[in-house]
Amino acid sequence: MTAFKLAYRNLVGAGLRTWLNVFILSLVYVLIIWHNGLLDGWNRQAKRDMISWETGTGQYWQKNYDPYDPFTLNDSHGLIPAEVKDEIHKGLITPILISQASIYPEGRIQGALLKGIDPEQTILELPTAKLSIEMEEIPAIIGTVMAKNTKLKEGDYVTARWRDANGIFDAAEVRIVGIFKTFVPSVDAGQLWIPLERLQEMKQMPGEATIMVCGNNYSPETIEGWKFAGLDILLKEIEDMIAVKSKGGSILYIFLMLLAMLAVFDTQVLSIFRRQREIGTYMAMGMTRGQIVRLFTIEGAMHAILAAFLGALYGIPLLSLQALKGFKIPGDSGSYGLAIADTIYPVYSIGLIIVTIIIVLITTTIVSYLPARKIAKMNPTEAIRGKLQ
Amino acid sequence: MENSHIVTIEGLVKRYPVGKSYFTALNGISLTFDTGEFTGIVGPSGSGKTTLLNIIGSLDSPSEGSAEVLGKSIGFLSHKQAAQLRKKNMGFIFQTYNLLPVYTVFENVEFPLLLLKMNAHERKKAVLDALEWVGLIDKIKSKPAQLSGGECQRVAIARAMVKRPELVLADEPTANLDAVNSHNILHTMAKLNEDLKTTFIFATHDDKVIKYLKRKISLEDGKVVRDEHT
Repeated sequence: MTAFKLAYRNLVGAGLRTWLNVFILSLVYVLIIWHNGLLDGWNRQAKRDMISWETGTGQYWQKNYDPYDPFTLNDSHGLIPAEVKDEIHKGLITPILISQASIYPEGRIQGALLKGIDPEQTILELPTAKLSIEMEEIPAIIGTVMAKNTKLKEGDYVTARWRDANGIFDAAEVRIVGIFKTFVPSVDAGQLWIPLERLQEMKQMPGEATIMVCGNNYSPETIEGWKFAGLDILLKEIEDMIAVKSKGGSILYIFLMLLAMLAVFDTQVLSIFRRQREIGTYMAMGMTRGQIVRLFTIEGAMHAILAAFLGALYGIPLLSLQALKGFKIPGDSGSYGLAIADTIYPVYSIGLIIVTIIIVLITTTIVSYLPARKIAKMNPTEAIRGKLQ
Repeated sequence: MENSHIVTIEGLVKRYPVGKSYFTALNGISLTFDTGEFTGIVGPSGSGKTTLLNIIGSLDSPSEGSAEVLGKSIGFLSHKQAAQLRKKNMGFIFQTYNLLPVYTVFENVEFPLLLLKMNAHERKKAVLDALEWVGLIDKIKSKPAQLSGGECQRVAIARAMVKRPELVLADEPTANLDAVNSHNILHTMAKLNEDLKTTFIFATHDDKVIKYLKRKISLEDGKVVRDEHT
């Protein structure tokens, strides 16, 4: 306790030099917490959006379906199993039929996916109710990214061409009945959502689906001919991507920490060099070399403690404001190809804050200890006279 | 314990390596110091005064011979034991005051008591007593930079005396002071010696100090050439 008291006195007594280091270290705390909070916020938002727009709480895939291989789509369809008919009726599962197609916006050919979905489903946030419209053309809803890329607007027509189950090409006019805004590009870019029954007719695949999306209260069971993909599989891509971003972010932390630690190390070296007479006096007054090394190490480490308080002083209001107002993603987030919202609301967990403080504190302590070891080799009689050693 | 030997030195030799050879700073010193002495080790620069004081203060160790201080053999003390001896039983006064610059007068004087883990109430009382002895009670909140040289040295005396040590070692305590301040300082120390029976050993070549000494040990080239009681 005495060492802490003395270290605090020395540190505060050193004035501006201390506060400069403390300020830099406090920036490290705030930036690390902010950046991690931003990634956490993005992670949560991306998962929440993907669950509500695309994946549901899990999916049954027809056994041939491979989301990463579009060539499997022609063979990835099967009759909707009888054992889930009841769940579909209750709104616990919604089947989706997926087909490759070509569309001709403004006369140009463009590849697209036709996705047939029950207009009355409520599992996904897609505004499928707009598809409950009786018309000769095929009603379709598209996302804003698709609308932008194809220059299609609500009410526009576009020709779609596809191959049916027998491999015969067919074509029809599709009418855009709604454009939706989503932060999940995998339900938007290159996709037209149409009523499931219409697509089944077009493809000559009555009662068939490619995938079945499960809702909240459904407990998955084994269904023959279908494989179940849980959230661990469905969200793996976004989790992996955020993990990569997080690793990228750690380069920023390392850089920041290096700057701050350089300042602390420099202060310690300078301190030990300039305070030799003081060190000698400590020895004369009965402090052991170990105690003096400890005192200087605590002094250095205390930068991190003071920085935590200073960081809290301006960081809490700043980060709270950011959590409240969110962080606006520059440019058009939809064009990023990632499940990223226009505004990300950072999430700062207690764990994140504690881990950040511990990491900075331990690093500062080590950096403070390294130059302080020199004290153990000092000759007290020369130190008292302030002679260079 | 009165008039018992507080320091006993026998055949003390101290050599320092200089290049490939050695410089002998102290050469066969044998001395005893009694409790309550007010003694000066005098001599010109390089005569070995500070070296002898450092060995008595357990800041340095003998190359040969023995130095027993307060019953402890300096040559055989570990760093920790030596630090313990200084912490409990010794006070130091330096030519350059060696006050802790970021501490106030009160905190500087309080420092040795913090090391002794004395409680706050006793500490405050002891610090105020010590500052009263040296006449600096009105400067407790000042920092060393705000004090004159004489005041700084008085703070150093208060710091050395606050724990009521048995032995105070003063290395050229008046070298940086004018005549009036030197007189005040020496008067203060002589009074503390009288009142508290603390043993004072000085290393000095200042005539102003010599006048106050009760015993004067003259060193030349690392040897005792005179040992006079006044």
